[in-house]
Amino acid sequence: MTELRKRGGVGGDPDSSDKEADLDDRLGTDGECDGDSKADTPDVPLSTADTDNTPQYLNKALEGLPPRWKNYWIRGVLSIAMISGFFVIIYMGPIALILIVMTVQIKCFQEIITIGYRVYHSYELPWFRTLSWYFLICVNYFFYGETLADYFGALVQREEPLQFLSRYHRFISFALYLAGFCMFVLSLVKKHYRLQFYMFAWTHVTLLIVVTQSHLVIQNLFEGKIWFIVPISIVICNDIMAYLFGFFFGRTPLIKLSPKKTWEGFIGGYFATVVFGFILAYLLSQCQYFVCPVGFNSETNSFTVECEPSEIFLMQEYTLPAALQNILTWKTVNLYPFQIHSIFLSSFGSLIGPFGGFFASGFKRAFKIKDFANTIPGHGGIMDRFDCQYLMATFTHVYIASFIRGPNPSKVLQQLLMLQPIQQLGVFHTLHSHLRERGMLPPAAAPQAE
Amino acid sequence: MSRYFLLCVNYFFYGETVTDCFFTLVQREEPLRILSKYHRFISFALYLTGFCMFVLSLVKKHYRLQFYMFGWTHVTLLIVVTQSHFIIHNLFEGMIWFIVPISCVICNDIMAYMFGFFFGRTPLIKLSPKKTWEGFIGGLFSTIVFGIMLSYVMSGWRYFVCPVEFNNDSNRFQVDCEPSELFQLQDYTLPSFLESFTGWTTVRLYPFQIHSIALSSFASIMGPFGGFFASGFKRAFKIKDFANTIPGHGGIMDRFDCQYLMATFVNVYIASFIRGPNPSKVIQQLLMLRIDQQLHIFNSLKAHLTEKGFLPGTGGRHDQTPLPLTHCGSP
Repeated sequence: MTELRKRGGVGGDPDSSDKEADLDDRLGTDGECDGDSKADTPDVPLSTADTDNTPQYLNKALEGLPPRWKNYWIRGVLSIAMISGFFVIIYMGPIALILIVMTVQIKCFQEIITIGYRVYHSYELPWFRTLSWYFLICVNYFFYGETLADYFGALVQREEPLQFLSRYHRFISFALYLAGFCMFVLSLVKKHYRLQFYMFAWTHVTLLIVVTQSHLVIQNLFEGKIWFIVPISIVICNDIMAYLFGFFFGRTPLIKLSPKKTWEGFIGGYFATVVFGFILAYLLSQCQYFVCPVGFNSETNSFTVECEPSEIFLMQEYTLPAALQNILTWKTVNLYPFQIHSIFLSSFGSLIGPFGGFFASGFKRAFKIKDFANTIPGHGGIMDRFDCQYLMATFTHVYIASFIRGPNPSKVLQQLLMLQPIQQLGVFHTLHSHLRERGMLPPAAAPQAE
Repeated sequence: MSRYFLLCVNYFFYGETVTDCFFTLVQREEPLRILSKYHRFISFALYLTGFCMFVLSLVKKHYRLQFYMFGWTHVTLLIVVTQSHFIIHNLFEGMIWFIVPISCVICNDIMAYMFGFFFGRTPLIKLSPKKTWEGFIGGLFSTIVFGIMLSYVMSGWRYFVCPVEFNNDSNRFQVDCEPSELFQLQDYTLPSFLESFTGWTTVRLYPFQIHSIALSSFASIMGPFGGFFASGFKRAFKIKDFANTIPGHGGIMDRFDCQYLMATFVNVYIASFIRGPNPSKVIQQLLMLRIDQQLHIFNSLKAHLTEKGFLPGTGGRHDQTPLPLTHCGSP
């Protein structure tokens, strides 16, 4: 541990201190500003890295404007472009969404790994990049295999090789991971042990953060597109609203880590997001396209989104508490229960989401980078856009699992069929008496043909 | 901060296990039931609190260090806590699944050392100059033999073989059961070359002994990689031993470094090749479904059982078969 502290400071063997100085110089040219990448105030000089990436046509279109407005325009245009892109993708359907999530995940992973690679670039680490990508593929294989086995149960049962893959899925994934582990151990080079272990740990933590989040996003998606759209929109809306409120009313700084965030922005963003979530939930709850769980129709081999909407998407009457009754003079109000859930989602997005942003800011400051990458002009890399989403996807998933969703009937049936016959009989009798109690079966039931 | 995260992760894992095993007990006690229903949510909330505390604790000059510590804590949790959780899962399958893998690893360590001591000549890997190919191969064969013998001895005892169950009435653990087919002697016809070698036509073995060959092979082949990983780790951070807890042997981690992967492997092995889903958990899930879904499943199951001949063709029997004991394992 003491070794680690020394390295973080100024000391350490001459070898590493030289490298640190070299590193600082190199990264210094990437961007002077240590400020928050989400908001550029007019006083901060633009770094060359920003404008170098703006496409030529944008540059020409904005030639006439003074520099600070140029930056705003670029950010505004790109924001609108991204939001429209988001709508288009939603329209295109579940497979497109899954592909987009995967692409984003790969890009995020690449950005973080590249940072790690850059930080320790001077050493020629054998296999580091290959291994990181290999681990990414392994973990993705594991997660997507589990998801696919659940949802495409019928399809998988038909194809022989798929059936084999799905039965021994865990074992195969583990074997793949082990192969990667062995390759890592065999690749340890005498002088660079510590670095290699750092990179190994870096890869694993990145996988933990990025891949599990994207996997949970996809699981949420399968619950119904509304569970995908509403959380993401909430986070985006919170970002924008907090920025606007901070811009117009900002006075008290929020946290030393991000000097540009203010309490006014925070609270204003919170209320605006709750209202926005409420309205959005109302609009989306009416469309079956958004509300229904994505199902895979085995006969037509396509995704279907048709179903009987579950009770949270059916209008219900709620009696207002007395306080609100006096203000609004309504006795009852018609709401979708989902709107009440959306209040919770919005609250989480507004209160905890910024912590994800602070985490990313701290990370960037720790490693002295301005943006994760320069993929999106004016906005930095993909990770910059998605840093607040870190926890939102996990929260939504946990929320659904705890409060909304029951188990999946076809999965339960699958498991039932895997049991031994004696156990099946036991389950059968339990279920029989349970259903009889509930009055679903007449006492002398004739076997119903299915 | 690190201890807080350790607590959170442990709470999460043990909560999941407890919910499975002590299902009936949990249902009876109201506060426990709330804890178990919202278990994931509570664990997540605890983790989030830790996360927020970390963010709020970031001090200006020491960002990088703090992120390192954060990453370090998470990786350590990943390695140590998940392994220990798997070990406990394996234990609930039956103590034999706990004893045999650990013994294989220990035996491999000792045998490899002795073979290396007596016959060692060709070094195995630059990382650990004392390991030799002779030790490696000798260790492999002797561990396999040892594994076969140990499983033979243990498969005869119910105490080791039965899954640990929680008896709801007496509120105790018990290990009384009908041994599964893995632990019943079966006749195997030897392939012809072994026949001519040993002069036997068939041999009586427990199927578990065949599984033990797979487990021993894994321990001998992969286990050393865990050891190399730990050696590399120690060399990277320039420490000789992890701690000085055990005189002459170093810290606890030194003794357990080869077990890293073994527990995970055994767990995956059981899940893939041995165990089917857990009936009480299936019932649990069934009861959570909507009524019409339950009815649908009921009819499918009825058709299936009637087809297989377990149910008479007309109607269902009315006598209640007792629920199976709560089995502690996960599907």
